[in-house]
Amino acid sequence: MAGAAGTALCLNWLVFGRLGDGQGWFALLVSTYLTFLACFFIATADRYGRLVATDRTITVVVVSAGGVVLAALASLVIFILVLGLKALRPGFFTSDQTGITPLLPSTEGGGSHAVVGTLEQTALSLVLSLPLSLGAAVFLNESRSRWRRPVRIFVDAMSGLPSIVCGLFIFAVFIQPHAKDAAIFGFNGLMASLSLSLIMIPTITRTVEVVLRLVPDGLREASLALGASRARTVWSVVFPTARTGMTTAIVLGIARCVGETAPLIYTAFGYDLMNANPFNGSQEALPLFVFRNVQKPDQTAIERGFAGALVLMVIVLALFALARYLGRDRTRRAAPSRRWRPRAPRPTQEVRP
Amino acid sequence: MDAETPVASPPRRPRVVVDEPARVDRVFDAVTFWSGFSVLVLLSIVGLFLLTSSGDSLGQTGLWTFLTRVEWRTDVQPARIGVLGLLVGTVVVAVIAVVLAVPVGVLAALFITDYSSARLRRVLIGLVDLLAAIPSLLFGVWGFVLLSNQMVPVSRWISDHFGWIPFLATEPNRDLTGSMFIAGVVVGIMVLPIITSVAREVFSQAPPGEKEAALALGSTRWGMIRTVVLPYGKGGIVGGTMLALGRALGETIAVALLLPQVPLVSKNILEYGGATVSGFIATHSGGDPFTVSGLMAAGLVLFIITLGTNMMASVVVSRSRSGVGVEL
Repeated sequence: MAGAAGTALCLNWLVFGRLGDGQGWFALLVSTYLTFLACFFIATADRYGRLVATDRTITVVVVSAGGVVLAALASLVIFILVLGLKALRPGFFTSDQTGITPLLPSTEGGGSHAVVGTLEQTALSLVLSLPLSLGAAVFLNESRSRWRRPVRIFVDAMSGLPSIVCGLFIFAVFIQPHAKDAAIFGFNGLMASLSLSLIMIPTITRTVEVVLRLVPDGLREASLALGASRARTVWSVVFPTARTGMTTAIVLGIARCVGETAPLIYTAFGYDLMNANPFNGSQEALPLFVFRNVQKPDQTAIERGFAGALVLMVIVLALFALARYLGRDRTRRAAPSRRWRPRAPRPTQEVRP
Repeated sequence: MDAETPVASPPRRPRVVVDEPARVDRVFDAVTFWSGFSVLVLLSIVGLFLLTSSGDSLGQTGLWTFLTRVEWRTDVQPARIGVLGLLVGTVVVAVIAVVLAVPVGVLAALFITDYSSARLRRVLIGLVDLLAAIPSLLFGVWGFVLLSNQMVPVSRWISDHFGWIPFLATEPNRDLTGSMFIAGVVVGIMVLPIITSVAREVFSQAPPGEKEAALALGSTRWGMIRTVVLPYGKGGIVGGTMLALGRALGETIAVALLLPQVPLVSKNILEYGGATVSGFIATHSGGDPFTVSGLMAAGLVLFIITLGTNMMASVVVSRSRSGVGVEL
């Protein structure tokens, strides 16, 4: 294998060195990889036959596909880390963009206004959407109503609503017609939270419903057979069993909401200074801060944007780690009988737009 | 029952099932019903509003004209708006993304289920989930600043060597940044975790008995995968692909950063230029009511396409042998 790799590299080095057509790293990579595969196949086929050679070659291809996924992740994380650390200083969390001009170095000023905005908007949208979506998930799974089917269809359909359309919807319903009348209908954090909740409601409803479905029916029946009411069953049996999964689902929903940019363009609008009041005046959020700064022509703004991107990434990674931590299998030692032990369900957040 | 046993005749009425909910149950039923119902109402309001507010611009333009016109000009009177230029870009970018991501994603899923050790598998599943949790903005920024420049020689190379394929040709001396190809690559990386996790889910459910049978008959690992795992997971692969396509169609921020967002129909995907529906909406904020109504109509068209793709995905997955228990 190493031999084949060496051969391929040398061969291509030779070809490219001689021809020297300067096509960049990609051409070298592709042709080296293909030559490597060919050499590997020929070498193995010579010794073990065609069947084994195919098997081994496919193994190499499969492993390299895994490598590509890892490389993409690593490249993204490292890139943002390196560029973000250049401009990220403790001052980022204490100051806003007051008096910042393009000529000042990117370590001046900060994004505290964006952090505050993100926190407020996320909290508000959580307050708006969590009760509704939890209730809807319970409704879908624990009731016997005829309305379950239409509700499920609508929730499924709406989870495919492009996020930008959510923002546009809020803009067209509230901001455009009513912004002149009252500040609460202008560009502000509340409007951003409304559009974010439109995204969160279907997401959280779906994931929590999946988690509730994984609670074994035997547990419910046992509780009902003991004479508990259905409300009591849900409260004392279903919820405790599904708690870890539900928490994981909600935390992942928050992580999704924190990084959502598109709906904010039409609702929070973005602002360079601190505005801690989410009900009045346009507000900044971390994703917007990144989005707006990266598009500016001056280098310092781009660097500031990357500082914001780094903070955003750390927040998302922290939420992700929190979800993993909460969702870990804690029942293993407590309940050795594996028969009925509900699997700590992994929410399927990741496979849904 | 009636004919053979005339003995137990007296009460022929079926036993009455009494479901007298306790008071707490009535409250519980009411609360859950109303939250479910209000979600339904809320979401249908969104849908209805989309329909009615796009009605303004659609009525003025005409549905067919709107769907087939390329240009989007609101500065002239009467405004000439159409969604074709945006739709073509949207579909091209999404298709490039899926074409690039499907092979890699499926192979990576195979690596996770059938090649890695149990320990490595858990780590890899976590990493793929992590890749899915990263906001699309960060992918967009990464593509915008890093990949965009790195990809220019790649585009040049492709057009030099494969320029005989019509859509891979480029005019000489054209700018190759900000092309639909680059946007497609970035969106492809973004949808990679979706394909990988759906494919992994179905591959991991491939029946172990059949796999062992294949191996016991002397098949190599690849032979086992080709004859058992891949046929079993076919529905999952197709469904995951369509799910990823739906996601790629609706992707906003990355394409808003990467593409110039000027509507056009071009067959040269490697050249500067291109627009997608969601990206176009994102870069045209704050217009007059008519523009907003037009954007709404564009969003509605996109929503319908995405909806169709997602629904087909779930039908395909749930109909297939492997996808019964898979949650999309």
